[in-house]
Amino acid sequence: MAQVSLRKIVKMYEGDVQAVKGIDLEIEDHEFVVLVGPSGCGKSTTLRMIAGLEEISSGDIAIGGTVVNDIPPRDRDIAMVFQNYALYPHMSVFDNMAFGLTLRKFPKAEIKRRVDEAARILDITPLLDRKPKALSGGQRQRVAMGRAIVRDPKVFLFDEPLSNLDAKLRVQMRTEIKKVHQTVRTTTVYVTHDQVEAMTLADRVVVMNQGLIEQVGPPQELYHHPATRFVAGFIGSPAMNFLPARVENGAVHLPGGAVLPIPEARRARYAGAPGMDLLFGIRPEHLTDHRPGLPNRADITITPEVIEPMGMETLAHFHLGEARDCCARLEPTVLAEPNVPIVLSADMNNMHLLDAKSGRVL
Amino acid sequence: MSAATASKDVAKGSGIYSKAGSLSSERRWALWTAYASLILATIIFLAPPVYMFITSLKGSAEIANMQGNPWLVRNPTAENYTALLGNTMFLRFFLNSFIITGLVVLITMVISVLAAFALARMRFFGSQFLATGVFLTYLVPDTLLFIPLYQIVGGLGLLNSIWGLVLVYPTLTVPFCTWIMIGYFASIPKELDEAALIDGANWMQMLTKIFIPVAMPGIIAATIFAFTVSWAAFVYPTAFVTTPDQMPLTIGIVSQLVRADTFAWGQIMAGALLAALPPVVIYAFLMDYYIAGLTAGATKG
Ligand SMILES: Nc1ncnc2c1ncn2[C@@H]1O[C@H](COP(=O)(O)OP(=O)(O)O)[C@@H](O)[C@H]1O
Ligand SMILES: [Mg+2]
Repeated sequence: MAQVSLRKIVKMYEGDVQAVKGIDLEIEDHEFVVLVGPSGCGKSTTLRMIAGLEEISSGDIAIGGTVVNDIPPRDRDIAMVFQNYALYPHMSVFDNMAFGLTLRKFPKAEIKRRVDEAARILDITPLLDRKPKALSGGQRQRVAMGRAIVRDPKVFLFDEPLSNLDAKLRVQMRTEIKKVHQTVRTTTVYVTHDQVEAMTLADRVVVMNQGLIEQVGPPQELYHHPATRFVAGFIGSPAMNFLPARVENGAVHLPGGAVLPIPEARRARYAGAPGMDLLFGIRPEHLTDHRPGLPNRADITITPEVIEPMGMETLAHFHLGEARDCCARLEPTVLAEPNVPIVLSADMNNMHLLDAKSGRVL
Repeated sequence: MSAATASKDVAKGSGIYSKAGSLSSERRWALWTAYASLILATIIFLAPPVYMFITSLKGSAEIANMQGNPWLVRNPTAENYTALLGNTMFLRFFLNSFIITGLVVLITMVISVLAAFALARMRFFGSQFLATGVFLTYLVPDTLLFIPLYQIVGGLGLLNSIWGLVLVYPTLTVPFCTWIMIGYFASIPKELDEAALIDGANWMQMLTKIFIPVAMPGIIAATIFAFTVSWAAFVYPTAFVTTPDQMPLTIGIVSQLVRADTFAWGQIMAGALLAALPPVVIYAFLMDYYIAGLTAGATKG
């Protein structure tokens, strides 16, 4: 087991595509780190550089304190799980899992012990004699994980391992992966484009965008204290609402005339805000039906366009001025109707003000 | 198709029978066409070997006799077969063909599997160009090449020798087999090598433990191709071999069983049939793999 350090990592592909533009990241021993970001932001490239499958254009990668830039994948002591499983089709499940150990000339008895142990952890003991084509998607994914576990490597690398599974199985395997990590405690780098996967699995989430790291932090911190508009909009579902705003006299002024007083405790933070072009960011769950008596609430009147009853909550979609696709989460008991104005209550303790130009959260 | 669905929709009200009736008549028509064309093709392809077989069972007198139906055998005899199998020269042809073909298949598969692996997987300068080049060499016919090759084989002192043929045949088989294998190897997902690489395999282990087993249908298809080409080669042995002890079956039969203008038709037919036997046996054994190989190759250029 080991820590992984990325120092000023750059990846240029042929044709001057700069896929990764200089990222720094320290991953602790035993840590489960998730790289998340939209498709094409350089997550896989970063992971593949850690694995040694892509050369590093500049910068250093160290695993367990050793710089591995020039060390081939097989000597880096890592294991990788691929999106399409990449099981060897002509080998049984047992042989698939044993392959790495066989190549490393482990004794037969030791191989059997490790494979049996991994099969037990993953609950695939009855499948050991089957060929991959006789397995379901979820079972194949388990075998791919088993292949990684038996090696007992310094680092696990996962590249979108759940993307080929259907939604229900994905949730199940997500829990499974977390359980396995809690058992084996191997340092893990996990790549996904799905922010829910990132939030649920990670000790720390690394949000990437266009080859750069936007923010690194534990899931709760990214959720409550996003650093940029990108992170604020990427983490959380439905996504955060952004409304153009100005700050005057200790209150946020929204298009359409709504004036939302800033709580006393947060005023100092926004001292520089008056006069700036701002975005008022608020998550749907902090924009609820009107609840008199709660502190630090402010009212906004909106006209819902679509009402979506979800059971445990009701989503109201609306637009306010130029801001389209806004969303509020209402108690299911609230009788909201499309095109009938309704008063919402914004939780001003959980709102964000962003610099409209730079996208920085103030 | 659209007409069929439309008529189905119309027929919805009028019960299941009219629907079934129209479908089955369509199906019957398709079956008839299929059977008719298959029977026609079978006749065209099987008539020559059948005629050869019939002729091989006749004595010289009966073959020369112009009376009566030539498709019937009046006095069947195995004398042509016994004469051939008792003829050491004919057995020599057989042995030569086996030696040549066995070695050529071996050489071909070793070269083309290694070449295809390199061209499909190791990205190196000019690999794309080389892959195309390999295919282009296949397009040059042997009738064009045998004269320059004669010089080369002569220069090596291998004229009139089965070893010369062993050297020359791979020029016919390697390009195409390499091409087949490139297609196969290219269809193996990249992640499979990467997984093997991470699991600790070097290039050679990746080839022997992953690529060759996974591409087995392709390897069998290529083997059959190399076998067939080498077994049936005619132009090169005609050009390069002059004495019977170095001849393979293909030219041995026609050159040694035709004396001036005396054609030993019965023996020629029997010999040709015997010569066709090994490929038939090999096809029969590997047919399942071969067909799987052909179709898999078809989906992946
Ligand atoms: N082999 C390659 N050659 C050239 N460009 C590539 C290659 N692989 C990826 N890229 C480019 O690099 C960028 C990042 O890709 P990738 O790391 O796969 O993104 P992600 O995994 O986050 O979706 C993309 O713009 C992609 O088009
Ligand atoms: Mg990716």
